Amino acid sequence: MAYVSVKGGERAIGNAHQWLDALRRGALSVPEIEIDQIREQLSFAVDRVMSEGSCHDAELAALAIKQARGDLVEAIFLVRAFRTTLSRFGASDPIDTGSMAIQRRISAAFKDIPGGQILGPTFDYTHRLIDFELADTRSAPPAVLADEPLADQLPTIASILAHEALLETAEPDSDDGSDPHDLTREPMAFPASRAQRLQALARGDEGFLLSLAYASQRGWGSTHPLCGEIRMGEVAIAFTPEELGFPIEIGEIVTTECQMLSDYTGSADRPPQFTFGYGLSFGHNERKAMAMAIVDRALRHAEIGETPAHAVQDEEFVLYHSDNVEASGFVQHLKLPHYVDFQADLQFIRKLKQDWLAARAPATPADAGAAAAE
Amino acid sequence: MTARMTMASNRPRGTYNYAYLDEQTKRMIRRAILKAVAIPGYQAPFGSREMPVPYGWGTGGIQVTASIIGPDDVYKCIDQGADDTTNAVSIRRFFARVADVVTTEKTRDATIIQTRHRIPEAMLQPGQIMVYQVPLPEPLRHLEHRETETRAMHAYEEYGLKYLALYESVAAYGRIAGGADYPVLVDERYLMSPSPIPKFDNPKLHQSEALHLFGAGREKRIYAIPPYTDVRSLDFEDYPFDVQCWDEVCALCASAESYKDEVILDDAGNRMFVCSDSDYCADRRQAGHAGPMAGHALDQGGKPEPLA
Amino acid sequence: MNMIAPVTVDERLLEVCGLDKSFGPITACKGVSFQLRRGEILGIVGESGSGKTTLLRCISGQLQPSSGAVMFNSRRHGFGDVFGLSEQDRRRVSREEWGYVHQNPRDGLRMRASGGANVAEPLMMNGIRHYGEMRQRTLDWFARVELDTTRIDGRPRTFSGGMQQRLQIARNLIHNPSLVFMDEPTGGLDVSVQARLLDLMRMLVRDLGLAAIIVTHDIGVARLLADRLLVMKDGEVVEQGLTDQVLDDPQHGYTQLLVSSVLQI
Repeated sequence: MAYVSVKGGERAIGNAHQWLDALRRGALSVPEIEIDQIREQLSFAVDRVMSEGSCHDAELAALAIKQARGDLVEAIFLVRAFRTTLSRFGASDPIDTGSMAIQRRISAAFKDIPGGQILGPTFDYTHRLIDFELADTRSAPPAVLADEPLADQLPTIASILAHEALLETAEPDSDDGSDPHDLTREPMAFPASRAQRLQALARGDEGFLLSLAYASQRGWGSTHPLCGEIRMGEVAIAFTPEELGFPIEIGEIVTTECQMLSDYTGSADRPPQFTFGYGLSFGHNERKAMAMAIVDRALRHAEIGETPAHAVQDEEFVLYHSDNVEASGFVQHLKLPHYVDFQADLQFIRKLKQDWLAARAPATPADAGAAAAE
Repeated sequence: MTARMTMASNRPRGTYNYAYLDEQTKRMIRRAILKAVAIPGYQAPFGSREMPVPYGWGTGGIQVTASIIGPDDVYKCIDQGADDTTNAVSIRRFFARVADVVTTEKTRDATIIQTRHRIPEAMLQPGQIMVYQVPLPEPLRHLEHRETETRAMHAYEEYGLKYLALYESVAAYGRIAGGADYPVLVDERYLMSPSPIPKFDNPKLHQSEALHLFGAGREKRIYAIPPYTDVRSLDFEDYPFDVQCWDEVCALCASAESYKDEVILDDAGNRMFVCSDSDYCADRRQAGHAGPMAGHALDQGGKPEPLA
Repeated sequence: MNMIAPVTVDERLLEVCGLDKSFGPITACKGVSFQLRRGEILGIVGESGSGKTTLLRCISGQLQPSSGAVMFNSRRHGFGDVFGLSEQDRRRVSREEWGYVHQNPRDGLRMRASGGANVAEPLMMNGIRHYGEMRQRTLDWFARVELDTTRIDGRPRTFSGGMQQRLQIARNLIHNPSLVFMDEPTGGLDVSVQARLLDLMRMLVRDLGLAAIIVTHDIGVARLLADRLLVMKDGEVVEQGLTDQVLDDPQHGYTQLLVSSVLQI
């Protein structure tokens, strides 16, 4: 029988990587996939990798997806690891989603809203029938332009409700102008500040947040959310270089933003208002933004005076375990050899078993003889 | 329109800062290390970065090493006590490449020894630094899952929960359970996890002449035992701490003192025991010691024959 | 007005001076002052909402009063304000010199640890490192609180409510505290279990020469256990004095109401 061990050494690693590379390429008769194709035609994958990779670079994300053979959690890891090597030369000004160049904007809270309900490029009303024509290349006719452009700015639901002070305003963590907590630079601390919470959720695993949000809708949580607004479109990134002292626009990115509304009965200090949860992602990802908003609201129970009773309301549980790079690493690290510790366990169990057997062993004649001799 | 960056506009491929991390990150980690050394056994938080190796596979140890290593260092990396286990090979190659540093398998020649799950058998010398890879830095985590609670326990020196666990263990098994990651009290103040080393290795930490640094990348904590520090494994006066021992000697070098790996030889349950510390075993064999299976294929790194 | 004999410095164990506690606009305690001697048992009575539990939590170091002082004669620190100590020192005083018995034993026990571990923990927290000695003392205390010693390794959830309370009492007395706080210690138990528990508590407290402060809404419990009483209404002490005097000859209107509403058996 072969001796099984991980003492593979240098050669094994080299061979493993070679095989991996061959599998990544796949059959040589099939054309190699190109970064541009991934970026253009698998854009939701790219958007997710950018969001959870915490790095807005569509080409980089596409390359990571290619290298990871479509394993998005692996691709996210690649992007994060690359991000570590980048130097930071500053922070942009906060993006202004109120000035977003809207592609899609809906609200479930109102039948109609100033600027209108803009459907945008959504899967929502497609019938999920696999389109076999897509198996071959099919030309897609260009989308027809509307007769009139949208208004330059569409007011947010938040600003509409603000007229009657019916929606709480988000409290900044501090007024002293200090930088918000940055999880990519400092470890998590509890109780979590709003900045830390939102950052963790924004980079958190979509599946984990989706399940938590779902559970909370079904009773494992008590937020009863309503979709106040979802908007998706381009926002400008402004940066103020030290040398200039005024902001310049360095580009635009697509983001998806979601405000979930929950009700609240008020207290001695606060009038009855709607409370909200907030979600944001790079690119177009409504599922993530909505799940994030539901979970954000659930985690705010202390501010709002609710009693936490469910996992979704437990910030240590949610925020610690939302990072799929950490989760994947730790779960999979069990593949590493643990035989030294296992040897310690084996020793212990063997000793316990000896004791157990000895305690039940019948007295031998030798014992009787020794006892008599005493 | 979205800004397009071509791949060529990124930094030229293959150039990283010395030891991979940028200098600011190293400085941040060194500050955490200094704090940890100043408060033996205390878990200092640090801004752990994503590394090219997954969390759980040694990122803490790698970041600590990357922050202290220099071109004059001699670097050794072991996993389960051996230099040739796959993950140790992988990490050693990483540092050979990014730190352009001499690597060695000889414990006595190394200035930095990065380890997963073992302390070498050879006594460490002043000036040597052990860097441990730590999965779960919090010794109380299995008893209290909240970080807010365990932090308070350390601050107030309220370790009752851990003593409770010892009590329950003796009440249930007649002995203190736990063969690895056995908790220690450092400088009679902080309860510390020595990482999943077997308890056999715990005594090596007490009044050691070397510096011991512990890195937990995923959990983002660094802690340390400076040289000549008291380190005591938790026990009861009437159930004193004891270490593992084997009836068998090392099959290859005949050592009776070392920690042993158990190697299954065939389907009939035949087994042999060999030193876990590959360098220690090789030294002894070179010095002429031979165990009952000396000359075995394992010795040469090939596949062993089943027992006749 | 009830006269309280001045105590000598040695006899003074606890002295509360002008204690106030507010939560925002709500005043829970106002101007509470009293003294407690070694070995003395003080009952704090009043209906729910009177502030008695808040008062207990303040004087046991768990809640910071809004104003006033809680002076305690500590073995380690001498006579001083408990809130003048660092949080670490205050917690240590609480561990070494006090006990706190909760109304609901689940709040005062580790439900996931064995009964024996619960009782042994204060010893371990106070530096005892000999398993055999702890085990023996734990068995002694099981016997003392009339618990079946063969159940020492059982989990508290397998014990009845009355037994859990006995376990909590043992856990709070094993380390020789000088002062034990009790919050409705027999509330939630049925009448016959209550009676037996009260007898046990009275015996233990006398035998050990303990001082105790017992919060209760039950006048019967107060009469049985307490040497002196504090009557609270709406956060203020309306009457205090020797138990028999206060209950047999209540001066304040509220005390008279309280006493007269107790069923005479």
